Amino acid sequence: MRAVTAWLAPDHGGKSREEAALVFDRGRDYRLLLIPPLFDEANKFRRQLAEIMYRLDLSGIDCILPDLPGTNESLFKQDDLTLPMLRAAVESACEHFRVTHWFSVRNGALFAPGHLPGWRYAPIAGKNSVRSLLRARSLASQESGTFETMTELQDIAANQGITAAGWSLGSEMYTSLSSKPLPGHDFAIDIDHETVGGTPLWLRAEPDEDPEQADALAAVLAIGILGQ
Amino acid sequence: MTGETETPKAGRGLPPSRQAIDDKLRAIIADVLGLDCDRVEEFDGETGLFGHLPELDSMAVAGLLTEMEDRLDIIIEDDDVDGEMLETYGALLAFAEMKAVEG
Repeated sequence: MRAVTAWLAPDHGGKSREEAALVFDRGRDYRLLLIPPLFDEANKFRRQLAEIMYRLDLSGIDCILPDLPGTNESLFKQDDLTLPMLRAAVESACEHFRVTHWFSVRNGALFAPGHLPGWRYAPIAGKNSVRSLLRARSLASQESGTFETMTELQDIAANQGITAAGWSLGSEMYTSLSSKPLPGHDFAIDIDHETVGGTPLWLRAEPDEDPEQADALAAVLAIGILGQ
Repeated sequence: MTGETETPKAGRGLPPSRQAIDDKLRAIIADVLGLDCDRVEEFDGETGLFGHLPELDSMAVAGLLTEMEDRLDIIIEDDDVDGEMLETYGALLAFAEMKAVEG
């Protein structure tokens, strides 16, 4: 049963705030948290995540796709978002929804829970994500005749935060994303896109879904979860 | 005979072969621009890119360069990016080969 529900995510000063979550929840034993990527890739991949959830629901696995603070429809101010806050929000979601497994997409691997088994689909380091954002702004500036170089934009982002390609990044968020390589994970299995095949959906100009890729990913997850 | 096992080519620290770069670059273009693989296979050195393919707008250029960095393991600087490099498939391939050798 597909539904939108609310959960409490951590907010500033030890408070909590209500965020939404798309769920397929029948109170079953196996419960998967889907951790979407940040920025543009979240929009490009959301339909596909819903497709994967639909398939896993049919396989008897509950699925939860939370709006993390500052993402999707959350009203949390994007500039204030930091990686530790995202990690804390994911931990809260795991607790609230009594999650047993997780599945992160792309840079979602950066704030995956440390203590549960999971899968990281085509994980990338934060520096690749921010480089892409700054490059988009740099190229746009060349077209408008202002010519901001990547080096200039990196300095601005590190010192005062930046808005690039429509996304606001505080300096702390930028610095932590740009400096960290992809972390290792003791309980995670990485899924390369080559395993799934086809065109990576996060590269497409418009959000789309791909039934064959969704089948492949859902199969990997269902076999991994139910076969344990 | 030294008894040593033949080291695979990729393990010798040599840059990838021209054919490998060509294959990867075509796959990147197909993925980023959402083009049919058969169509990209037909690209030759003179095939026009920027200004010729409506799919290749400035956001797609940003995506293309980032994917080239990731998959070809190169770094593309500001100064590298000009109209000439993106004008034809041949120019982009030559640029990718040069960067791979540098890297």
